[in-house]
Amino acid sequence: MHETDMTKALIMTVKQWWEAQPERPSISAVHLTVGKFTCVEPVSLQFAFTLQTRNTFLEGATLEIAETPLIAYCHHCQQEYEPEIGIKYTCNTCGSPMEDIRSGRELKIDRIEYAQQPCTKHLT
Amino acid sequence: MHQTFDLGINLLHVNQDGADHNRAHFDQWGITCFNLMSSPGAGKTVLLERTLAALSNKYKIAVIEGDMTTELDAERLRKYDVPVIAINTGRSCHLDSKMVAGGLHRLSHEYNPNDFDMVLVENVGNLVCPAEFEVGEHFKVALLSITEGEDKPLKYPIMFQEADCLLITKIDLAPYLDIDLQQIEANVRQMNPDVTIIPLSTKTGVGLEAWFTWLTAKL
Repeated sequence: MHETDMTKALIMTVKQWWEAQPERPSISAVHLTVGKFTCVEPVSLQFAFTLQTRNTFLEGATLEIAETPLIAYCHHCQQEYEPEIGIKYTCNTCGSPMEDIRSGRELKIDRIEYAQQPCTKHLT
Repeated sequence: MHQTFDLGINLLHVNQDGADHNRAHFDQWGITCFNLMSSPGAGKTVLLERTLAALSNKYKIAVIEGDMTTELDAERLRKYDVPVIAINTGRSCHLDSKMVAGGLHRLSHEYNPNDFDMVLVENVGNLVCPAEFEVGEHFKVALLSITEGEDKPLKYPIMFQEADCLLITKIDLAPYLDIDLQQIEANVRQMNPDVTIIPLSTKTGVGLEAWFTWLTAKL
């Protein structure tokens, strides 16, 4: 369950930002980008986020996950292609190996959405 | 009225910073660090036994041993008279940079780290997440035993895509299995064309010299 550890890291990062705000705003959503060519399962991340934010400054905040597809660039054909994860990674046209990944490895905290009024939740 | 703040940082940035910190220590001490990863039972520990038996009189080696709950693997390796730092990862399914930092701390207090040539990290047996958590290694070594099947690199691509060296283990069992060694290699090269691939058997010794040569050439 590495999503549990990742969620801990996520909450820590958001908390650092939150504590640095003079108003300690009420956070409504945290937006992530998760590539399909990572070891992260979005459903597990959602589950861990719901559990771990209970009774904290993030209670009730939603986790919005945007998934990005695996896209590779074939230098031989000079074009992008989508490898089929689990099945085939070589270029659909010429069969060259996947060497240049253009999308799909992202694990990023994009942005935090918050209301201007201060957070009145139980602060932990 | 909702506002947004753009953070734009890596979800694993804390682990990555820790890995960079560990690597800086290794560099400062003149140590090359290898991260050994595979599914459970692919033969990481026995490979380390053979490696220590062959190289520990020529090179100064330390082992950082990740194990979920026990010290069984560490006990096996201590017979070779090298420092073996066991890290019980608890329920975590991989080593992270903080755990390895704890191991380095012990190494630098109990020994002179400048004396060492290499640190071999045996990660927790798992094909999935160790690949996502750098620990400060210079090289990643993946092991795949031939009993696991040709399709595993396609199904669990990230570890194989990032590996600098792939050891195909237990090849002494090939006569008893319907396994195509060339297909394993071809599947890995779909996503990692330049990886060094060494088929070996710790039982017969086939391929071990090639592994030792690869390993020591990186020092």
